[in-house]
Amino acid sequence: MLVLEQILNGIQFGIALFLMSAGLTLIFGIMGVINLTHGSLYMVGAYAAALVAAKTGSALLALVAGLAGAAVAGIVIEALVIRRLYARDHLDQVLATFALILIINQTATMLFGRQPLFVAMPPALSHSVTLLPGLVYPVYRLVVIAVGLVVALGLALPINRTRIGMLVRAGATSREMVRALGVDIRLLYTIIFGLGALLAGLAGAMAAPILAVQVGMGEQILILAFVVVVIGGVGSIRGAFYGALLAGLIDTMLRAFLPGLLRQVMAGSNADALGGGLSSMGVYLLMAIVLLVRPKGLFVRQS
Amino acid sequence: MRVTTIVGALTAALIGATAAVAQEPLKIGLITTLSGPGGYLGQDIRDAFNLAVKMQGGKLGGVPVSVLVEDDGLKPGQGKQIADKMLKNDKIKLFTGIVFSNVSGAVVPDILDADGIYVSPNAAPSTFSGKGCQKNYYVVSWQNDALHETAGQNANELGFKSAFLIAPNYQAGKDALAGFKRMFKGKILGEIYTKLDQTDFSAELAQVRAAKPEMVFQFQPGGLGIAFLRQYQQAGLNTEIPMVVAEPSLDAITLKAVGEAALGLNVTSHWNSDFDNAANKEFMAAWTKEYNRPPTYYASQSYDAALAIGAALKGTGGKVDDTEAFRKAMLKADFKSVRGNFKFGPNQHPVQDWYALKVEKAADGTLSLNTKRKIISAYGDSFAQDCKL
Amino acid sequence: MSSEAIAQTAPAQPALALRLIVAAVIVALLIALPFIGKALGLESFTGLATQVLIYAIAAMSLNLILGYGGMVSFGHAAFFGVGGYAAGILYFHFADKSDFLGFIPGSNALLIALPVAMLVSGIMAAIIGAFSLRTGGVQFIMITLAFAQMLFFLFVSLQTYGGDDGLIMRRRQILPYLDTRDGTTFYYIALAMLAAWFVLTFCIVRSRFGFVLNGMRQNEARMAAMGYAPYPYKLVAFIIAGMGAGLAGALMANYLRFASPDMLHWTKSGELMMMVILGGAGTLFGPLLGATALVLLESFLTAYTENWQLPLGIILLVIVLFSHGGLSALIRRFMPGKP
Repeated sequence: MLVLEQILNGIQFGIALFLMSAGLTLIFGIMGVINLTHGSLYMVGAYAAALVAAKTGSALLALVAGLAGAAVAGIVIEALVIRRLYARDHLDQVLATFALILIINQTATMLFGRQPLFVAMPPALSHSVTLLPGLVYPVYRLVVIAVGLVVALGLALPINRTRIGMLVRAGATSREMVRALGVDIRLLYTIIFGLGALLAGLAGAMAAPILAVQVGMGEQILILAFVVVVIGGVGSIRGAFYGALLAGLIDTMLRAFLPGLLRQVMAGSNADALGGGLSSMGVYLLMAIVLLVRPKGLFVRQS
Repeated sequence: MRVTTIVGALTAALIGATAAVAQEPLKIGLITTLSGPGGYLGQDIRDAFNLAVKMQGGKLGGVPVSVLVEDDGLKPGQGKQIADKMLKNDKIKLFTGIVFSNVSGAVVPDILDADGIYVSPNAAPSTFSGKGCQKNYYVVSWQNDALHETAGQNANELGFKSAFLIAPNYQAGKDALAGFKRMFKGKILGEIYTKLDQTDFSAELAQVRAAKPEMVFQFQPGGLGIAFLRQYQQAGLNTEIPMVVAEPSLDAITLKAVGEAALGLNVTSHWNSDFDNAANKEFMAAWTKEYNRPPTYYASQSYDAALAIGAALKGTGGKVDDTEAFRKAMLKADFKSVRGNFKFGPNQHPVQDWYALKVEKAADGTLSLNTKRKIISAYGDSFAQDCKL
Repeated sequence: MSSEAIAQTAPAQPALALRLIVAAVIVALLIALPFIGKALGLESFTGLATQVLIYAIAAMSLNLILGYGGMVSFGHAAFFGVGGYAAGILYFHFADKSDFLGFIPGSNALLIALPVAMLVSGIMAAIIGAFSLRTGGVQFIMITLAFAQMLFFLFVSLQTYGGDDGLIMRRRQILPYLDTRDGTTFYYIALAMLAAWFVLTFCIVRSRFGFVLNGMRQNEARMAAMGYAPYPYKLVAFIIAGMGAGLAGALMANYLRFASPDMLHWTKSGELMMMVILGGAGTLFGPLLGATALVLLESFLTAYTENWQLPLGIILLVIVLFSHGGLSALIRRFMPGKP
């Protein structure tokens, strides 16, 4: 039962990572922009949800606010700054988006203070259910998993079936070709960036009731999301999905079972400390191994 | 390079010049963390210190003071740079404010080597509390381990026979679990070290559930604590397995952000906002009037630090150059602490009383931390015996 | 942006003279700085400048691979931190009168600590580079980050050496005939190291090795066709860069008398990258410019306002949007005799 529960936990964590890395991989793969502000958009989503939830008490409105807030913020950022960076190399993009992180974080501090905000859990989702005898699981986390799966499907269908999706897929492999097709790149880019921001906002709004909503929350998850993108392969939504699940599962499993395994071979407290240290490295080790075997990531054709 | 340097030097010269004109008040350097997730701790420390100065009419112990505040950004290098500047350019001798142990590790030796004085309103790593104790280093808050030792004592008194322990995998986390275990007499069913940047605790919570302990002791300061408590409730564990924590895992601000999930939590602390003494009532009234938020225990410590400094300044007539005289005056601890009884131990860390608090719901539905009983009186720390001053 | 730098290798005569004058002025300023600071009553300026110089060494070493070699390493702080810890651990065992791993004695001599720090970071860079250089592009950025994160978590969990609280060095390591505890002396030590590293970088960049490295950044296939296998060249550059960062780290640990995991955090890698990009990647003076600008900006803005991140962010954003190639490009635009 414990193993099953931990697998569920891993999937749930992976889903949260997927929502972040899906947007990131699109922006990265299609627009060729290293967007460090993605974590800030996640924060904007969480803040917008928290503020609206506090004002109205409605979880649904809060979710909508989180999505809208992040999407609007994303589109504004794209129009004001990112748009000027398409032609630049990665280095300028890193510096500019890093500067944006500083600006957004400080603005949030000035507007909303340094204290973490409170977000109420929707009452209908705040309890746990018994899935199997001995397996009790929080409803909210089940909902997170469900939403993530719906989003994954919702992204997969249009990407595989529609014209925009075709452009997205084509863009991931060859940006020049899409441009040659005479597509309004500018609009396509804004849409993609907005979509990425929307997904980050969704991740942020859903995390708001279970995490601390505070300045700097985005940077904590940003690095992990980048790791997932690279594991899965840049530009591949499918890669982001499986990469996120893999990272989530491995991270959770190591945290859950490694100290126990180590305790078989060494003293208890040493094993706990070492296990803690090793499981912190787990995801990074996974990425290093994946890249050594498949230098372009798991779900991208290696050239 | 050229341009920046010259402009920089000019700016610095201007700042220096304006400071030199206003020479009369004694300058106190307050280096603290104002940016990032830990920023609200530094904010309370700064605001409480300023409040104490304001309440005494711009003075501490009858000596006019001016407080220079700078943000260390939780970076040891930056904190050191600020201290260097304050020591050399502003000729400041008296410092306070640092929130985090790693910053104090870099900054405090510099201050002491320059014959400066440091009064800690929070961080108190074991480096400076045992063999490495220092003459011009005072701690007004607590020694890190004492926080968790008293939590262990609280768990004993609450009658728990088995416990599960959780802390982040870094020095303070390991100290926390060691401190708790030093006092706790029951059986330890498991220990987990979480990652430093971890935000999701589902894997750990599943292990807690499986181990079936009578209680959980966790050390997850600040935002980590918020996430942990909320997920603990969400997993339905808060009604099954009670939790005992030390004060860093739940302060007034995180209580607001955690909400119902904190209900029933057992906290040990050396101070609480409901303490019934005159000094605390005065502090609470002034704070509530000045700031639109509840004070955390960081605020109370910083307020006490200001009072302690005031008492010492009164004893020396406002002089800080003779550190021996300052030390004599400081160690008398001739001030009314908001926590009640307070004196300095042999390692110049506090000897004080510790209390058990509990999170309860008032009639109007608001949550509050209420003081239940005293756990231990005149408690110092386990490092004091190693200190030879 | 760096093609401009290449074009400048053959400048017109008057421009060369001007550049020499500018370089001489900078050197003179750097040498006179502690005295200027003292005369202005700003003794702490020496300390700030020391930090700038040390960061400049680290940024310069990163610039060798990032600017000239086109290898965007997001894990350079790992070598900075390893160098710092190498110095710190040597001192720890010296003070503790114990041996590292049971057989390596500690030391408080800077002349031992600096080479050891460079050696250890060099070895670390050889290992990390050997793996990382099998990838390229974005994957390279992320795999270097991954290795740096692993080292970060390793040092966080090293209880003997202070773990997260960091490792305090009670005194700076010593040099014969010089008092390293004196701030001005230490400034000149850092300046000498920077000068040495600058000369080394200059020689590398102008050598055949540097030419090949630069060529590979622009077109790896062409260089391969000319018979230069990229991998060994890149690896050697990566190791040299790691050693430079190790040197800077050991100096920083001595300057701060403190080594902490903060030195290996990914934000520190980011800061080093900022310095290089801000100053101008692939230019000789760029990293020095960038380190100066970033450290001074941060220091002055924090003194001015607690909301210092906002102006810092805006300034950085404006520079990157309008300068096209960092501060050195901006300055070059205003220099007469531009080719």
